Amino acid sequence: MIADIGVVLWKEAKEIMRYGGNRGWLSLLILIAVYGIFIPWQMGRAWIEEPLALLFWAWVPLFLVSTVIADSFAGERERHTLETLLATRLSDQAILLGKVGAGVAYGWTLTVVSMAAGVITVNLAFGQGRFLFYPLGAAAAMLGTSLLAAGLMASAGVLVSLRAATVRQAAQSLSLAVMLLLFVPIFGVQALPPEWQARLMTAVSHLNTARAFLLAMVTLALLNLALLTAAKARFRRARLILD
Amino acid sequence: MTDVAIRTENLTRHFGAVRAVDGLSLAVPRGIVFGFLGPNGSGKTTTIRLLLGLLEPTGGRAFVLGYDTQTQANEIRQRSGALLEHSGLYERLSAEDNLELYGRIWHIPKAERQARIRELLTHVGLWERRKESVGQWSRGMKQKLAVARALLHRPSLVFLDEPTAGLDPVAAAALRDDLASLAAREGATIFLTTHNLAEAERLCGQVGVIRQGKLLAVGHPDELRARSGAPRAEIVGRGFSREALALLRARPEVAAAEVHNGRLVVDLRQETNLAPLISLLVGAGAAVEEVRKGRASLEEVFLTLMEEEK
Repeated sequence: MIADIGVVLWKEAKEIMRYGGNRGWLSLLILIAVYGIFIPWQMGRAWIEEPLALLFWAWVPLFLVSTVIADSFAGERERHTLETLLATRLSDQAILLGKVGAGVAYGWTLTVVSMAAGVITVNLAFGQGRFLFYPLGAAAAMLGTSLLAAGLMASAGVLVSLRAATVRQAAQSLSLAVMLLLFVPIFGVQALPPEWQARLMTAVSHLNTARAFLLAMVTLALLNLALLTAAKARFRRARLILD
Repeated sequence: MTDVAIRTENLTRHFGAVRAVDGLSLAVPRGIVFGFLGPNGSGKTTTIRLLLGLLEPTGGRAFVLGYDTQTQANEIRQRSGALLEHSGLYERLSAEDNLELYGRIWHIPKAERQARIRELLTHVGLWERRKESVGQWSRGMKQKLAVARALLHRPSLVFLDEPTAGLDPVAAAALRDDLASLAAREGATIFLTTHNLAEAERLCGQVGVIRQGKLLAVGHPDELRARSGAPRAEIVGRGFSREALALLRARPEVAAAEVHNGRLVVDLRQETNLAPLISLLVGAGAAVEEVRKGRASLEEVFLTLMEEEK
């Protein structure tokens, strides 16, 4: 089973890298340059010292995974490769987990590489001889949250892609979901009455960061599990072929 | 181990009101090339999907290599290779990577996998182009690669949906030879659908004719021709005048006599001695150069079956 998941991962990675000829590699380098060099260089020491960076690294994998995961099943269906894949000895779980795993590996690896590049950039530009690094607890929280965020988007993406008629339809649904995740909290808070906003800010400022991240990670893990279970229930070879 | 590779019992699949496969009962012996013939939309592809366990039947049962398609589909897919309606190739990947992927799927050890990929790509004349993205290739090249992929893991049973579609005549003939030798050498069973009746006649140990989901006939091509086609004679020569044809048609053993492309085709009511007919023609002024006795081709049998069913 693990070996079979690995085979699907290998195939997905090859396809991502060969997208548009060899443009796949170029896209990766641009993303790393933006998230790992340009933004940290603009932000300076705050990039490492402010807790807001934690939220950024939780959002990045959502965006990264959403750019590739729409293709997982809808793309195979559109390019007429799905039925041949389904006619092989691979189990349903291996195909499904391989696709989810490929999305997670793509999003999380890029995020971690960008984080590392960000640390290097800030140290080179603003270190002044001192090694600047995230507090260890924050670094662990960032790694954990970004992994779970990548998993969340990969599971949600696979579920959407299983149902979508085309890659475009799947991509639109996922972009909408990412936008909602980003803008609903921002505009939602602004829409609250001023006294509620003040109360919320007070609650946030007194929040135990470690406990909040733990709670967020447990919630993300549960959401991951729920979405994976839904995707597994949706994965029926006959339905995939006839859709 | 049973001698039957595929057995279906009243296999049925409906899509709403449409009966794509309708009470199909069939037994395909192991180690033969079985041709499944039928017009577009007759249920050939649905049958392959049912046999691979990709679709569940509405009624009836099917056993492939001794495994139940409804409960042991993974066992079937483990032992089968398939070229389905579409080539199913990953067009962003190279030819080599496409085969590498399927070699990994079937857990072929690395050294063996590499040797097998080389063997197959060399055989279909694509080894030199193995690093190219498949998306840039012609349909025929893709088809050759897809056939190679279906044979990669030396399956006991190969499903091929229109395997020679898009191939040039030389490549199609080479593929036919490969399939025949695969069945003979490795004891593999090949279940293929085709519109090319001459191909089926040349290649298949048995054929089944399907229309609107119903099996109309099954047997060796010769049996079908004998069952459905009356004997006939084909006479090559000159001077087949109207008078000569009229004399011929007046004979009780002659059902019909027509000139096609300079050849006189005489349909006979039963096996008969041709000498008196040739004498009659020569007496009427015809010059006879060659006489061939035979039966209706599989294509004619097929068309007759389609007409009867209508």
